[in-house]
Amino acid sequence: MLYREAGQFKASYAEDSQIFPIRQDKIGFWVLMLVFGLAVPLLANQYWLKAILIPVLIFSLAAIGLNILTGYAGQLSLGSAAFMAVGAFAAYNFILRIEGMPFLVALVLAGVTAALVGILFGLPSLRIKGFYLAVATLAAQFFIVWALVKFPWFSNNSSSGVVTAQDVTILGYTFATPEAKYILTFLIVAFMALLAKNMVRSSTGRAWMAVRDMDVAAQVIGFRLMRTKLLAFAVSSFYCGVAGALYAYTYIGTVEPEGFNLDLSFKILFMIIIGGVGSIMGSFLGAAFIVLLPIFLDNFIPMIFGDALGAGFVSNFQLIVFGGLIIFFLIVEPHGLARLWQIAKEKLRLWPFPH
Amino acid sequence: MKLKKTVLLGAVIAGLLGSSLASANEEQFIGLPSYRVGPYAAGGSGLFGGWIDYMQLVNERDGGVNGVKLTWEECETEYNNARGVECYERLKKKGSTGNSVFQPVSTGITYSVLEKVPQDKIPMVTIGYGRTDAADGRVFPWVFPMITTYWSQASAIVNFMGQKEGGMDKLKGKKIGLLYHDSAYGKESHAIMDKLAAKHGFEVIKIAVAHPGNEQQSQWLQIRQAKPDYVVLWGWGVMNPTAIKAAAKTGFPREKLIGVWWSGAEEDTIPAGPAAKGFIAAGFNVAGANYPVIADIKKHVYGKNKGNMEDKTRVGSVYYNRGVVHGIITVEAIRKAQEKFGKGKALTGEQVRWGFENLNLDDARLKALGATGFLPPLKITCADHEGPGKVKFQQWDGNQWKVITDWVDSDRPLVRGMIEESAAAYAKEKGIKPRDCSKEG
Repeated sequence: MLYREAGQFKASYAEDSQIFPIRQDKIGFWVLMLVFGLAVPLLANQYWLKAILIPVLIFSLAAIGLNILTGYAGQLSLGSAAFMAVGAFAAYNFILRIEGMPFLVALVLAGVTAALVGILFGLPSLRIKGFYLAVATLAAQFFIVWALVKFPWFSNNSSSGVVTAQDVTILGYTFATPEAKYILTFLIVAFMALLAKNMVRSSTGRAWMAVRDMDVAAQVIGFRLMRTKLLAFAVSSFYCGVAGALYAYTYIGTVEPEGFNLDLSFKILFMIIIGGVGSIMGSFLGAAFIVLLPIFLDNFIPMIFGDALGAGFVSNFQLIVFGGLIIFFLIVEPHGLARLWQIAKEKLRLWPFPH
Repeated sequence: MKLKKTVLLGAVIAGLLGSSLASANEEQFIGLPSYRVGPYAAGGSGLFGGWIDYMQLVNERDGGVNGVKLTWEECETEYNNARGVECYERLKKKGSTGNSVFQPVSTGITYSVLEKVPQDKIPMVTIGYGRTDAADGRVFPWVFPMITTYWSQASAIVNFMGQKEGGMDKLKGKKIGLLYHDSAYGKESHAIMDKLAAKHGFEVIKIAVAHPGNEQQSQWLQIRQAKPDYVVLWGWGVMNPTAIKAAAKTGFPREKLIGVWWSGAEEDTIPAGPAAKGFIAAGFNVAGANYPVIADIKKHVYGKNKGNMEDKTRVGSVYYNRGVVHGIITVEAIRKAQEKFGKGKALTGEQVRWGFENLNLDDARLKALGATGFLPPLKITCADHEGPGKVKFQQWDGNQWKVITDWVDSDRPLVRGMIEESAAAYAKEKGIKPRDCSKEG
């Protein structure tokens, strides 16, 4: 009833090509922005901000990065965590070694460094495809983590290889409280998500999708494969790199190679599979699902079973339920949570008179 | 008159209620970030089992610490930093006085919460892992890398080799292989081994094993060619049994293969089978169930069917006993803090921190606890958050670990010098002014 676009006419190209063409969507978007940008930092407690909302936002950004590469450009990658590691270490070293380096510039440089590394490891994509490419990106995952451990210069010769991230200071203001860190993360992620949304709707995004759907055909109609694919790798790695830097600076507070292992790459891949391959919205839904569900189960299962089961059993049972739910969602909706949202929207448009 | 009476009566009732509530509800909460799934679950289930069993023992046998019952809650970290941070945040406000102490049992998580603990006023205790230079309590008032650190351990291992050779001067010209897990953890050994090599005149051959380490042919070929007199096994997880088996295959005597404390548990030797016979490992706690404290756990906890271990045969294993050591130190710090801040009261993290800093487990106290020889006598001060820095060496006889030495000391001046140097660099980087320990009470 409320969700109906009848009477909303588009009289110009600008109106037709908006991100949210339906007025209700636009209102919904601004309400969401206000809720998460203002209400949440004012109302949520430290635990929610530090342990749940910040990681969800950061993983959403990493998932957007992977989604650009895998969902839009069709290049399967298992190296997202490694590109995050590049971003985190790059930001650390830029701030450490260049006196007076502003945080936001370091963040951009971290993304650029990750993008350069991404292009390097994206080169094999010009020759190999599909699962074989996944194996090549796996090499990136192992090589980068190995190199970060191997050369102590990256971690400033720290004996344990784990270094503490510096304070986040922008224009003399130090982002120390969870609220401040949350708002900073939120603004960066929101900005970059909108940028990504626009990118995938532009000619760049269309080129990626053409390559994804059939690269020979795309080449025949005039897309330059090398440029398109490498651009996808660069943009994707840029997003992952920024996510990695945020992970180190606004979330964990340390920079450590082992934190960015293959498990994390798989987690990000699962996020886009669950959330929706080829959907910016899905990246957020998937990240929320993968981050929140284990924490929810960890709280929920002991609550219903209490001490009746051993602690070891409870921990393993959580993993079983987690895996089961993933399989359930994939069977019910193979296109992910974003597709469920889309179906709900289509149904709402017709409701209450579907025939 | 009536009003006065009512008020008085009310006050009396309130007082009664308050006092009875207070005595009934005094509970000390301890948050346990445990790992029972994931790659290191085998060690985790033993360690947390022993720890919980000891706290259960204190509750069952003594009725808590001076009447204050211990309560705890586990939070699964999967040995993952992000989950560990979530657990830290989740646990920190639990219980009536908040979390008393955070013990991450993971170096990665230690670093992640290192700068959070002073803000939240929760002490962090890292026994046998964590940030080594945090042993300088002047720079790290809230962090306690207790009993011994990796650097002390490396030094104690070299001292043990010296003992075996019949004097430290005999180490001159010897070759010591260092087979290490190629990670930050494994590399922690490099700086100290290089220093010791320079001091005693031996040569270190560093050989890296990539994670997880279930393939070590080329490394052992290298060892066979170099013919070292000893090999230090600085391993973790599946790397350990693989190394022991490979040593047997290449004919390297197991008596010359010396493991660190994360390489010296039943979980490392039993999978290696008969090859492990003769293998020696360091440990800041020993294996074995014939200590009064373990006997008490069997009687008061398992006797009442309240034990945490599913496999009861693991009671007395290396990891289980390490958990008991965690339990003893936690409980004794709370007891110590109660002496200052009020017996029978639930304490805040800040008060428990004082307990850790003034902890003194001398021989008499260890005897009273039924743990003589189980862990080294321990004295923590404002400046020294490490304590004894001693380890015992155990040898696997094919079925169980046998203690073969007394507590072996480390090269204290050398290690302490490195710790202070590193801590001072950290203090400079972070702009921390080290505490003046003469002013601490």
